[in-house]
Amino acid sequence: MSRTCLTTKIREEAARLLADGKVDVVIGFEQGSLPLRATPCFARDAADAGRLVWNSFCGNNLSRYIRRSQKRIGLVAKGCDTRSIIELIKENQVQRENLVIIGVPCGGMVDGSLVRSLFGGGEILSVEELEDGLLVSGALRTVLIPWEDCMHQGCRVCTRRNPVIHDVLAGEPVQGLPADSYRDVTDFAAAPPDERWARITGEMDRCIRCYACRDACPLCYCANCFVDATMPQWVGRGVGSSDTLSFHLMRSLHLAGRCVECGACERACPVGVDIRTLHRKVSSDVAGMFGYTPGMGLNEPAPLSRFEPDDPEEFMTGRSPCAK
Amino acid sequence: MSTETRAEMVNQPVEWEPRIIAFLCNWCSYAGADLAGVGRLQYPPNVRIIRVPCSGRISPFFILSAFRNGADAVIVSGCHPGDCHYISGNYSARRKFALLKGLLDHIGIEEGRLHFTWISASEGGRFADVMGSVTETVRALGPVRQMVGTGVGT
Repeated sequence: MSRTCLTTKIREEAARLLADGKVDVVIGFEQGSLPLRATPCFARDAADAGRLVWNSFCGNNLSRYIRRSQKRIGLVAKGCDTRSIIELIKENQVQRENLVIIGVPCGGMVDGSLVRSLFGGGEILSVEELEDGLLVSGALRTVLIPWEDCMHQGCRVCTRRNPVIHDVLAGEPVQGLPADSYRDVTDFAAAPPDERWARITGEMDRCIRCYACRDACPLCYCANCFVDATMPQWVGRGVGSSDTLSFHLMRSLHLAGRCVECGACERACPVGVDIRTLHRKVSSDVAGMFGYTPGMGLNEPAPLSRFEPDDPEEFMTGRSPCAK
Repeated sequence: MSTETRAEMVNQPVEWEPRIIAFLCNWCSYAGADLAGVGRLQYPPNVRIIRVPCSGRISPFFILSAFRNGADAVIVSGCHPGDCHYISGNYSARRKFALLKGLLDHIGIEEGRLHFTWISASEGGRFADVMGSVTETVRALGPVRQMVGTGVGT
């Protein structure tokens, strides 16, 4: 189904929900003020619903806005967004009955920074979504970038493109990849430790600690984040790689078994730090060792709130002879 | 972390000796260390022990903090599976440890820097053995280079 059809369908559903008084607000996307941008839109009446759009730039995870809200919310959600909604419901941050999920099967979202680098300098004045790629126009030239070249890294390996839960489905379900092979994780692990360390610290050196990743993450909602704590102060205040790495390591461990890999953190990052590498490793371990994939069911207990007597312990030093 | 332990870690000795932080469960490994002492067993003096109520009390923060403050290695030791004083603290801890260890290995932190082990109150000999073997591993690795804080706000 084309994106125009999806836009129409989303507008219809939103207008209907608002007109019927089923929800107080519909949160979706509207056209941003720049090309390659869609911006969150809060539609409060049926007329507002006409502002909603759906295109390849609706990358943000809007479930960031629904936590602890007393309002009845209609939410436009992709596959990954619905998974974070599930995690939020499980963590008692959202009341399912206050939520109407307008699920949108997602074909993958475009990474604006990739498009800009592939376009190669100069201001992008307009973009058009075509069948075989993104037609990017500047003042001097027009370039067609194939979809597979400008997709977000996360969208390229996404196996769950269809909403996991929804009340209304806009559009037909799409075909995702069959299963996550965590190929990127094993590829990274294949490099020698020194090289991996150099790559990670190289990324972390760029981090300016603006915490945009944390603020964009739908599941980073601690009232008092460890990184702001001063008594005790767990993370140094500098922007040296040991301080920034401590922050990112701890954040990825806080999100263990919760991160749905929506990529909100990376999209929000102003300096393009590769945060994915850490989260993907944790996700692959959670899946491999504990057989858990976040955001796939409302009744599955969180992997770190339970245990099995025979959990893997190959990582332990000097295992006792009686160990299995 | 007591100021004494911290000061010890900050002031580099002239000749390098491994500085190893051991987080020991009060109910088993700490008593195991005690037994090693009572039994006059020899083990290297490079280990600084921090007593915790349960291995389940260990947060990855503690471990990363130790590295940031210049520890050459960290050992975490708790009760054997099934023996937890609080029934299941060590089982819950094991899941956390597995993820932390996997993540640190993944980003290229030297493998011999972080050790998890189970030592019971009756295993004084095993305690001395583990401390000895870890100290040797760390001595071979040399002083820690990764994750050490820059001093700003540490």
